[in-house]
Formats: sequence, C-alpha cells, structure tokens
Amino acid sequence: MSAEQATTAAPQPKPPVQVLYCEVCTFPPEYCEFGSRLSKCKEWLKSEHPDLYDRYYSEEALQSKLGTMSLEQQTKLEQEAAKKEAKAEAKADAKMKKKMSSQVQIKRIQRQKNKYVTAIHGLEAFDIDLKKAAKLFAQTFATGASVTKNAQGLDEIVVQGDVSDEVFDMIREEKGVLKGVPESNVELIEEKKKKS
Amino acid sequence: MFKKFQPSTDISGQTAVKSSVQRSLRAGLLSQWKIDPDTLESIWPKKENITLVKCRDHISIYALNGEPLFFQHFDGPLYPTLRLLHKYPFILPVVRVDRGAIRFLLAGAHMMCPGFTSKGGWLPPPEEALPAGVAVAIHAEGKEHAIGIGITKLSTEDIKKVNKGVGVEVVTHLGDDLWALQKV
Repeated sequence: MSAEQATTAAPQPKPPVQVLYCEVCTFPPEYCEFGSRLSKCKEWLKSEHPDLYDRYYSEEALQSKLGTMSLEQQTKLEQEAAKKEAKAEAKADAKMKKKMSSQVQIKRIQRQKNKYVTAIHGLEAFDIDLKKAAKLFAQTFATGASVTKNAQGLDEIVVQGDVSDEVFDMIREEKGVLKGVPESNVELIEEKKKKS
Repeated sequence: MFKKFQPSTDISGQTAVKSSVQRSLRAGLLSQWKIDPDTLESIWPKKENITLVKCRDHISIYALNGEPLFFQHFDGPLYPTLRLLHKYPFILPVVRVDRGAIRFLLAGAHMMCPGFTSKGGWLPPPEEALPAGVAVAIHAEGKEHAIGIGITKLSTEDIKKVNKGVGVEVVTHLGDDLWALQKV
C-alpha cells in the first residue's frame, strides 16, 4: 500500500478512493462476513456486483482466507457467525413485532370549558421525528405545537386546539413525515378535565 | 469512544466555528495528517464553513454540510472519521492486525500486541517506527480498507518487544455508533 503513495506525490489533489458500501450492513463488502446479516449481504452483492461476489466468496478466495487459521478454528468461527446471525434476525423480528403492536394515541384534553389541547403519543415507535412532526402540525393548523414530556416521562406532541380528527386524517393520508403508521394502530381518546 | 453513543441524547449542540479557529484546525490537520494542502482543499474547501458538533465526554465532531469529517477528544489528536479515511487512506500511518483479531475489533475491543506481531499482522519497519500516542489506521489481514482508527499506547518498537497487553487503543471501528451516524 506504500507503493502507489510514492508515485502520486504530485502537487495535484489526490482523488478520493471510491469505496463501495454494502447496502444491507453498510460495511465495505469485504467485511460483510463479520456482520450479522451475512446471507442477506451475499444475496445483495450477488445481484448488484457479481464480479465482486466472485472475488470475495469464490472457492479460491475462501481457501486463501483459511491461510493462517487451522480448520478447527475456522469451523468454530463459522458456527459462531451462524449463531450471531440467527440472534440478530430474532432481534430484528422482535423489533418489528413491537413496532406493529405499538399504538399511537391521539388524546383530546380539556383545558377550559371550551378550550382543548390535543396530545399525540407514540409516534416515535414508527421512526417519526417528533420535532419535525410537531412543526408540521404547527404549520398545518396554524397553532402552537410542541414536544413535551408527559406524566410518565415519555415524549409526546401537544397541539393547541382540538384537532384530533384532523390529525387522525393526516396520519391516515401519510402527510409529510407521518409515514408508516397503520390506521388500525391509531386510537382517539377523550380526556375530560376532572372536576375539583 | 463511540460505544453506546446515541445521537439524540449525547449530542449537546451544534455551532458554527470561528474562522480563526478554522484556520488553526486546518494547520493542525496539515501537521498531524500525511496530507498535502491541495488534498485538504478538496476534502474541506476554503469557502466552506465547518460546524462543531459537541458531544458528551468532551468529544467534538467537526462536520461539513452535515457530514462528519473528523473528531477530537479534549485537545487530543484529530481523527478522521472512518468514511473519510476510506476515501483518503494515506492520511494516517498504517498498522495491520491478523485475521483472528477482526472479530474482537468489530466488537469494540482494544488491539493487543500479539495481533500486530503475528504472521498476519504488520507494523512499520524500525526506520519508520511510530511513537506512542499517535493516531493510526488499523487495517486487517487480507482486507483492502481500514477497519478502524486507533491511538498507539506503546511505540511500535515497544509493541514488538513487549508483545503483551494493549498495543493500540481503538477509537472508532466499523459498525460503531459513529459509523452509524452518517448525517448530523
């Protein structure tokens, strides 16, 4: 790696090396084998860059990799890799399940006799940026909208005024950043001010 | 350094950097990295203003147009991000670990001396020996691209001599939370 350095010592800026990154695990493809999604990475590389696939996963390449390692070590490593992959998959599955079962609550809270605020809770589970969503609400309804912590210490968006139905429609129509929330996971709740 | 680094909670703020500070940063980069001014110009054009992203534990990341370029811990050496190092692999001196160490490196472990001195590893020859406390690019046996960036804890000659314990402390590696942070 020092040979090409010496030849390109001209005063011109050195061009950057274009590095290909695996779209599955974001590593350079040569490191996919150490990632947790090897089989998916392999599939991706095979379809997108068949020449590289041959370079990294052909028989000879695998043979030369064995070089400094004993067979015993190699099999052990392979087993561990398989285990790791299974684990990562299970984790991803669980995450997905959790996402699908989590609820978005749109709550109408009475502040005064005829004044309401709308609290939207649970959007972050669907990878929605709460700050951006709050901004979107503020813009569409021309009211104040902010991200606040509720009594349980969880983040929620509070929009001034009763806009619960409109918010519900927006989520259903996937306006702006409000993407990927299934309609069945959204519920409307009304909270009356307790009489004291 | 970037173990359990959550952008949402660990970044405390972003600020523009004063031009005088930018000038000293530029000088620092030129003196610390093996880079010529023209290449630096193409990485970080003179006209562009860099932003300082302050993070927990006195880590400061410098980003250009939202893309992290390099970072620093306290007033320590400036490290390029791994993506930048992949593009310009010559800016840091190279050390190489053997294949057996890759797994541990990707789990965030520091690199032990035997990983460099064994058959698959590689250290600069005695005439180009590196002192302790230098930023190095960590490459891996049989791989083209760098796998991580570290700081030498022992000089390379000492690594060969002692051959025990931590030789290079890993600062960032493939797949850590800085790697995941593509935009700030």
